[in-house]
Amino acid sequence: MSEIIRTEALKKSYENGKPVLDGVDIRVGSGERIALIGSNGAGKSTLLKCLIGHTPFCSGEVATLGETFRASPSKTQLHRIRQRVGFVFQNHGLVRRQSVLTNVVHGKLGLVGGWRAWHQAIARQEIREQAMEALAQVKLTAKARSRADELSGGQAQRVAIARALIRQPALMIADEPAASLDPTAGRDVMEVFSDLVRRKGITLVFTTHDMDHAVSFADRVIALKGGRVCFDLPASEVRRSEVDGVFHA
Amino acid sequence: MSFMHDRLLPGRVHSVSPATFAVLVAVAALFIVSIGQVSPSPSQLVAGLPRMYGLLERMMPPSIEPGFLTRVMWRTVETLQIAFVGTVFGVLLSLPLAWFASRTLTPLGPLRHVFKTLISLFRTVPDMVWALLFVASIGLGPVAGTMTIIIDTIGFCGRFFAEAIEDADKQPQEALFTSGASRFSVLTGAVIPDIMPSMINTSQFALEKALRSSVVLGLVGAGGIGQELKVAFDLFQYKNASTIILVIFVLVLMMEFATDRLRAKAQ
Repeated sequence: MSEIIRTEALKKSYENGKPVLDGVDIRVGSGERIALIGSNGAGKSTLLKCLIGHTPFCSGEVATLGETFRASPSKTQLHRIRQRVGFVFQNHGLVRRQSVLTNVVHGKLGLVGGWRAWHQAIARQEIREQAMEALAQVKLTAKARSRADELSGGQAQRVAIARALIRQPALMIADEPAASLDPTAGRDVMEVFSDLVRRKGITLVFTTHDMDHAVSFADRVIALKGGRVCFDLPASEVRRSEVDGVFHA
Repeated sequence: MSFMHDRLLPGRVHSVSPATFAVLVAVAALFIVSIGQVSPSPSQLVAGLPRMYGLLERMMPPSIEPGFLTRVMWRTVETLQIAFVGTVFGVLLSLPLAWFASRTLTPLGPLRHVFKTLISLFRTVPDMVWALLFVASIGLGPVAGTMTIIIDTIGFCGRFFAEAIEDADKQPQEALFTSGASRFSVLTGAVIPDIMPSMINTSQFALEKALRSSVVLGLVGAGGIGQELKVAFDLFQYKNASTIILVIFVLVLMMEFATDRLRAKAQ
């Protein structure tokens, strides 16, 4: 199993000197599904951002998809990483007044000839077909013409997943993808998401507060506490007592 | 207990610092002095009323001479053309300038202030001054009027478009930036669709404003129906003038009605 992500002694502090990440070492292999858990402020989202070079770090080393960098990736590295990563946010980040199809086509922005991904009407036929295929995978083809602001929270999050999928990423990063949804919709989204990445062999790293999601949809659970890795265990071996230790002082 | 309450009870009015008090007194003094110098006195009003009545009497009935009405019709068309062409070009040119001037999405860093200042300059110099400049440089006629409307529209729309870009929903922008989209792609893919209703509203107000401006620009020779109005007053043809004023009234009213309907549809 080739290595997709590696961090060594990764440290990052806020401007006031308070550490967010305090020497994080993790390894993620190709095709693995990783749940990052931890209480608010544990450093989960910051770690995700460091992995894709979205935020600079103070010391240590990160290797993502074969691009090794310290502090922050070079422009070329950042470009190469972004070409192969799909990112799903807690608040889907769809353009509300655009159609679902256009939002999925937006996933191609930043790739070669990306300007034709401004709107589905000017996109190449091949991209439009890929977008419909991505929508089929999240079971939303019937909504292709609907405006994004007509969707429910769960549907919107599935469109965001389709937008990430159309990029045919090697790595999917998701920052609390189910946090803004009700429990049923959240579980539904996670099921679709987890199933898709497993079938396509995409590596998935997602953050969550929901232990049920972590053990159900990940192969491995990495817990962060106070900016350090608290435990790193196969999902089947995570025990209640260990989880309690992560969320309580 | 009562003593305690008295100490804790906030005063009915906020106390004012000596500096604020001095500024308030200065503003009041300026206002009072200005009234004496520029506002009409009752005697002036009384003396002016009969003259105004006389003028209105000479304006009635409005002229309906066919040759004159034909001329007014073409001038009205020209006025609409100045307003429409000037507004469309102004709106189109406002977009890139607003993008360059916007705090959140500019590709120019601190240089954005150059564009912000340029937009402010276009907005703060009155349209009649721009019209005088263009009449002096381009010559009399509707082209000077169109140029004036373009500049005036950039000043108006540039500011509102830049503010709308800055206030646009940040989450789609972050999502697209993360996927490697350029600032321009984020602008076209996420920001413009998000601010489109606000842009349509602003553009319609700009069109209304342009029509009102293009009516009076003719007074300084920049084409349109205003030029006909100036001729009518200069030659003491008050019946012609009243016809033109009525046409202007109807024109502006129709434009406001049309843009109100469009705005309601765009909501």
